[in-house]
Amino acid sequence: MRKVRVSIVGGSGYTGGELLRLLLFHPGVQIQQVTSERHAGKPVSRLHPNLRKITRLSFCSLEQLEACDVLFLCLPHGQSMHHLPQFLEKAERIIDLSGDFRLNDPQAYRTWYGQEHNHPEWLSRFVYGIPELHRERMRSARFISSAGCNATAVILALYPLFRQQLVETDITVVEVKGGSSEGGQTPSAASHHPERNDVVRSYKPTGHRHIGEIEQELGLSPNHRIHFSATALGIVRGILATCHLFLKEPLEEKEIWQIYRQAYGQEPFIRIVKERRGIYRYPEPKILIGSNFCDIGFEKDNRSHRLVVMSAIDNLMKGAAGQAVQAFNIMCGFDETTALEFPGLHPV
Amino acid sequence: MLTGLCPICDGEIQLDSDTMLGEIVECGDCGSELEVTGLNPLQLEEAPQEEEDWGE
Repeated sequence: MRKVRVSIVGGSGYTGGELLRLLLFHPGVQIQQVTSERHAGKPVSRLHPNLRKITRLSFCSLEQLEACDVLFLCLPHGQSMHHLPQFLEKAERIIDLSGDFRLNDPQAYRTWYGQEHNHPEWLSRFVYGIPELHRERMRSARFISSAGCNATAVILALYPLFRQQLVETDITVVEVKGGSSEGGQTPSAASHHPERNDVVRSYKPTGHRHIGEIEQELGLSPNHRIHFSATALGIVRGILATCHLFLKEPLEEKEIWQIYRQAYGQEPFIRIVKERRGIYRYPEPKILIGSNFCDIGFEKDNRSHRLVVMSAIDNLMKGAAGQAVQAFNIMCGFDETTALEFPGLHPV
Repeated sequence: MLTGLCPICDGEIQLDSDTMLGEIVECGDCGSELEVTGLNPLQLEEAPQEEEDWGE
């Protein structure tokens, strides 16, 4: 069987590196080109040293990009939509990992990204890239917009309860704690080691742009809000989302178990983690590093209607490259778990 | 094969047919230790547990 020819645009960043790591071991994929304007001509292993002796590919420039079957776009926000006409000439199928096509509504795009969208007519043509929500549409999709990392953790945590309208929608509070690789590869004064190491930094208490995706995918009407804050931790990878929500009716924990089992029992990358023994009783991003799992747990507050739902992911995997490969597998008819079998490390 | 439900999380529990009364088994979903208190039908109760330090 002919392999699917894949190229990665903007492959020098962390997400591009993770995509390469996964796709180089995908039995149905031939990586054709990896672009980087800044690093054209250099071996990809110069930027992604874990790939030494794995590949001899070198970066090329966007100008040299040839036709392929599937293009993965790992460009900074705003660049994918800017170059869209050029990319459409190169590939039948596109998976964009930026925020450019995540929102269906141009008005919402303006709200959360502070600018007009270059191609608003294309927003509705991209399928939002969480397979657990949009698997059937992905099977015939040509364009997929991979979900934001924080948004993925929150949406997967809350979706089963919001779908069944069990939650008081306007008083859900979400606190996300994430690692430094969420910020990408471009250094800044804030990411300088003496400043960044060991931080517990409130970097976006309100107004994070992933809120737009979360409210869209949870089906909230414009009058309803998710109250979201993000905190940066002194870890490199990983997200823990802690969601405080209030149930319309008192549910027993067994009923909540049932709701999550119904939603995710057959999902290959979602695990309900709520154990009464052991050290890792609730979701913990530490043991998910390099894996595509999203672990979800919960606990009901016996003193109120509050339910705390926790979810953990590796932001570069289920929050970016891993989820994009999962979507790619569905889109191209591969087994959904292909190249994503790595279970993480313990201890790490 | 004996089947029953975990009294903590309602997860399905499957046990070998030679399971004995008083045996302690573990729920695969929530990790609770359960005592077999009946066999026909299978009945399970949470086994008494000692508090443990789990990393706080």
